[in-house]
Amino acid sequence: MKALLDLIVGDAQADRAVPPNGMTARLTVFVAAVMAFLAVIALSVSFTTTRLADTWAQDLAQSATLRLPADPVQADALLLSALDVLETTPGVSRVRALSTSEQQALLEPWFGPDLPLEDLPVPQLIEIVADGDGYDADGLRARLTAQVPGAVLDDHTAWREPLLDAAGRLRMIGAFVLILIAATVGAMITLAAQASLAANVQVIRVLRLVGATDLYIARAFVRRYTLRAGLGALVGTIIGVVVLQLMPNTDTVGSLLMNVGVEGTEWLWVILLPLLTAIVAFFATRAAALRRLKEQT
Amino acid sequence: MIELDKVSYGYGDTALFSQLSLTLAPGSFHFLTGPSGAGKTTLLRLCYADLRATAGKVRLFGQDAAALDRDEVAMSRRRIGVVHQDCQFLDHLSIAENIALPLTVSDRAAEASANLQELLNWVGLDAQAGQRPPELSGGERQRAALARAVIVSPEIIIADEPTGNVDWEMSQRLLALLVELNKMGKTILIATHDLAMIRSMKADVSARVLRLKDGQLLQAGAEL
Repeated sequence: MKALLDLIVGDAQADRAVPPNGMTARLTVFVAAVMAFLAVIALSVSFTTTRLADTWAQDLAQSATLRLPADPVQADALLLSALDVLETTPGVSRVRALSTSEQQALLEPWFGPDLPLEDLPVPQLIEIVADGDGYDADGLRARLTAQVPGAVLDDHTAWREPLLDAAGRLRMIGAFVLILIAATVGAMITLAAQASLAANVQVIRVLRLVGATDLYIARAFVRRYTLRAGLGALVGTIIGVVVLQLMPNTDTVGSLLMNVGVEGTEWLWVILLPLLTAIVAFFATRAAALRRLKEQT
Repeated sequence: MIELDKVSYGYGDTALFSQLSLTLAPGSFHFLTGPSGAGKTTLLRLCYADLRATAGKVRLFGQDAAALDRDEVAMSRRRIGVVHQDCQFLDHLSIAENIALPLTVSDRAAEASANLQELLNWVGLDAQAGQRPPELSGGERQRAALARAVIVSPEIIIADEPTGNVDWEMSQRLLALLVELNKMGKTILIATHDLAMIRSMKADVSARVLRLKDGQLLQAGAEL
């Protein structure tokens, strides 16, 4: 960390000892900018999917559905019994039987708009909303079995767990993509630094003849590539943020998948991207320079 | 300060010299002569650890040069000022920056401003301070190389054909500067094939003249 602080304070004299190289400078800035841009996009997609999964999982965890047997003769009695059981269950904050039109709306995607629901044996659905602590699902099932035979309680566990699992995998993929981007930046900086070191053999020889240590010579290259990578990453990050701001959001499009972006403390990661890129460049160049200088002894 | 003890060196299977011994005592003045290809430059490079002897020992300030790591070699070189035949400048820097380079790489850049002007005056390059090395004449470059060699106030100054690319008048000026440094207590080792130049200096300085020929280092005598 001290070395990084020294770098920020800078050693312009060491930097000047190495002649400027326009092509590698521009390529380093360009690649760092592209990688930072991709990192912003990867971060925002990862954050968005995580947020969506969390929201969906939370919603599903708070709600459940009770399905009553499709028995036209006992329908009303079963509904009353079920409501009685649910309303007296601790942890259940709200219970609501879905109306015929609501059930019809649910079936409409599969059966079309003109479904004569009243003529079909469609089971009655009851929406259950739990309070903060939730309810004892196993206890409720036992009571329902006794008092409302044939009722099926769906607490959405079957949906929630795969969703959480998928969200976890998406987070891992996002992290893996970021690691790949960091590794690519490191590899690219290493190659550029090595090319620059090879092109400056005579400069290195002169510096050594006048008493420069390996660390001093390395500092000239490290400072240069760290600052270039940091600058490129800053530009790429700004472009990435601008692109995110241009994405449509739910208010205008109405789709959750369109709400790609960064919120709240997630911005910290985006803001840190140029610094993290500079840190990667710092260590990559330092390692490449010291290795190369050792080889050139 | 610098001691070569039965040192051998060769390129590939060809031995340039063997069992060669030399001691540079503090404040001494040495000329190293010999025909082209005799190994004068190689011998000098051994003296500032730019090459490693294939046999024997090179001691820099009491330390075995072969045992020094790269940082220790760098530290030793800060005590040795070297004037290269081809000057070895960084062409993208100004002459002033090149002269200050040994201070800069020693993290003593702050001292440069005071020493630099004095040195530029001393070698007569005030007007050329901002120019780049390719813009200077051979003599100006050699004087700049000498200024760079002495800016860190080294204990030893090693010069490889410092007058090789300059006219007689300029060579006398450069040698006068080296004699002046020797009178200030610096140890001087100059490699040259110019015997006339050595003869011209004999009255001004008590110098030991060594001749490197056929792999042997001998005290020069009658030819001078």
